[in-house]
Amino acid sequence: MLEIRRRLRQGGVLGINQRNAEFIRRLNPRRLYPLVDDKLRTKELAVAAGMPVPELFGVISTQHGIRTLPELVAERDQFVVKPAHGSGGNGVLVITGRRGSLFYKSSGALLDERELGHHISNMLSGLYSLGGQRDRVLVEYYVRCDPILEEVSYRGVPDIRLVVLNGYPVMAMIRLPTRLSDGRANLHQGAVGVGIDLVEGRTLDGVLDNQVVTEHPDTGHRLAGLRVPAWERILKMAALCHDMTGLGYLGVDIVIDRDLGPLILELNARPGLNIQIANCAGLIHRLRLVEEQGAATPFADDRLEFCRRYFRHQPVAS
Amino acid sequence: MKKAPLWITAGLLTATGLGLALYKVVAFGFPLKPTEESQVWTVQARFTIDSYTRPVKAVLQIPSDPPGFAILDENFVSRGFGLTIVEGDESREAQWAIRQAAGRQTFYYRAVVTADEHRSGSLQPPRGVEVASLGEPFDTARDTVVAEAEAQSADVPSLTSEIIRRLNDSNPDENTALLLAEGRSLGRRAELAVSLLTSAGVPARVVYALALEDGERFALFVPYLEVWDGAAWRWFSPASGERRLPASLFLWWRGGKALIDVIGGFNPEVEISTWRNVIAGLEIAEQRADLERSRIMDYSLLRLPIQTQSVYRVLLLIPIGAFIMVLLRNVIGVKTIGTFMPVLVALAFRETRLLAGLVLFLLVVAVGVGLRFIMDRLLLLMVPRLAAVLVIVVLCLLAVSILSHRLGLEVGLSVALFPIVILTIAIERFSIVLEEVGAREAVHQGLGTLAVAALAYLVMGLDTVEYLVFVFPELLLVVLAGILIVGRYTGYRLFELLRFRELGIGNA
Repeated sequence: MLEIRRRLRQGGVLGINQRNAEFIRRLNPRRLYPLVDDKLRTKELAVAAGMPVPELFGVISTQHGIRTLPELVAERDQFVVKPAHGSGGNGVLVITGRRGSLFYKSSGALLDERELGHHISNMLSGLYSLGGQRDRVLVEYYVRCDPILEEVSYRGVPDIRLVVLNGYPVMAMIRLPTRLSDGRANLHQGAVGVGIDLVEGRTLDGVLDNQVVTEHPDTGHRLAGLRVPAWERILKMAALCHDMTGLGYLGVDIVIDRDLGPLILELNARPGLNIQIANCAGLIHRLRLVEEQGAATPFADDRLEFCRRYFRHQPVAS
Repeated sequence: MKKAPLWITAGLLTATGLGLALYKVVAFGFPLKPTEESQVWTVQARFTIDSYTRPVKAVLQIPSDPPGFAILDENFVSRGFGLTIVEGDESREAQWAIRQAAGRQTFYYRAVVTADEHRSGSLQPPRGVEVASLGEPFDTARDTVVAEAEAQSADVPSLTSEIIRRLNDSNPDENTALLLAEGRSLGRRAELAVSLLTSAGVPARVVYALALEDGERFALFVPYLEVWDGAAWRWFSPASGERRLPASLFLWWRGGKALIDVIGGFNPEVEISTWRNVIAGLEIAEQRADLERSRIMDYSLLRLPIQTQSVYRVLLLIPIGAFIMVLLRNVIGVKTIGTFMPVLVALAFRETRLLAGLVLFLLVVAVGVGLRFIMDRLLLLMVPRLAAVLVIVVLCLLAVSILSHRLGLEVGLSVALFPIVILTIAIERFSIVLEEVGAREAVHQGLGTLAVAALAYLVMGLDTVEYLVFVFPELLLVVLAGILIVGRYTGYRLFELLRFRELGIGNA
């Protein structure tokens, strides 16, 4: 145990306690949390900052507002319903098609209007929000998968997670939905996490359930070596999210739409630590490097220049 | 990230908590273990007199702050007599008086005492020495003996020892023999020793002590010497010359007076009895602190009504459970359903015992989760659904109780003591985790909850722990300090070592 501990220290692996004490509590003022905990506010903020997001079709904020849903999605076969305060992808409902009055979930299961309404009602009651307070429900654009990434996704859209410190992207991974994760891009639900070389935007080996995998478990496609489309723009968007929110330690989730390119999906003030496993690297050394920079430059391009210089993935020499 | 304020705060809290507890232990002898019992003695003087119809006054010398003992309780019993306690410099008397009394009168004095080595008796320094003349030739003999003894001694203790040695000599020199001519009883020798010491300018007096023995009905007083060495009173045995008061000797009265003095009565008869009773050490400490009129005891938990005390017996354990929770979550990294739910479940286990508690908890939660999924099809709103689950939980508890009663299993009845709302929330959270994240995570968190609850229960159930926080609630400050320190622990959690074990091998 002590041996592992020493090795992790040396490798600069960040633990939860240290993340909370040294980064989140110090760099993320509590008053800024609502900006990212409420997905609706995040969206408004991003739109105001001129950043691309999935289009918002409508908001349901009361139980009787559920009746407006058919109207909201009248012209659309595909859409996503999610609670504004949901965390970790909980409660997100992806509708990929319709047949008459029935809706297809991304898993292929069918829902009728009443069941969909019940699901929304649960979201409104705060079933998925922290502390169970009343919530609002977003109905928004269904992001379609980019063909390059389609080969490594199972019924869903992969999302890219970047950890951004003081506006410097320090680490990135892409989360690929699998059959096990029911089309969702959540690692603890069985999605594959794949590290991304921050400089080139090229994927590395993946991790499924803390085990290294080289191929997607469902499509069988090789995971490493994929070039993430529009990587430069993704990096810049992530860097700008810091300026937009003021949060010093930030998780940025970005999805890539086939037609619209990268879109900001949501932000996270307490990003998880799995990204280290996916990248087979610890965060601390990179975080320290950024902190030694002192005050961040207000120019995102300068910050990205710094990242490109220092954060190239170094293959593990074991 | 300065940690100094944290360490200072934690240090102050620990010092305060430990200090207060230590003070209670040292000053009042609060026992540190629940079973620790200290010996308590009851000493009783019973005396009778006969009287005619006329005023009667009876005076009994009673103990006054005996060295090495604390008097916990005193009782005076008589029939119709008025009682006055007169406290003098070196004595304490109980005076019973009545205008008219006929026939045989019985008086009781009873004291409950306990050994307390920290009490040295609050004795006044002597007021000076009065040398009483014995008349010639005794004065000359006395002066000679004192002069010889002084020549062979250096200080007050050695002088005292020398005098005692001479008086006890089986073959005394002629001056000593002259002094002893009137009698050689121990009492007489003690009085002579006092007379010799005072003529040498050393304040001294005879005191009477009782050897404490269990079940002694006719205890006898032992004379002892109390000698002022210039700074403090010291005790000497007039028989052996031993230079201290043995722990078993209970000093009853001092000064030259008789134990009882009766005016208006006759035929006084005294019986002194002593016996031992063993009561819980805590009770004694309480009584003793009471005796000292300590402020600490005025604000003590032990002063609260019994019902309130029993509530605090449980409440005071919650911080201990919370501390274990903090350790397990932030240092070990166990995942649980709800932050403090395991502690509350552990409290419930106190009523049901561990094994039965685990089985019953699992049973009710399993049934609840099952029914909740069935209800999910009814598409209920969330709050009504929670209420419905609550009703189901109550019915479940009832069913378990009735069934187990039918089967003759007493333990099933205790299920009613589970906090219903806690169970409801457990069912709801478990269901959501099950649905959203998957069975594995749900079982993981469920087991974590039970493991923490079981551990918290085991620790909270330790007699010592329960006793310590109840008698020394200030120790919770130490727990608080511990929580503060863990609150700034930024190292890896134990489970993180497992989670990240593949990492950090080669990269820097």
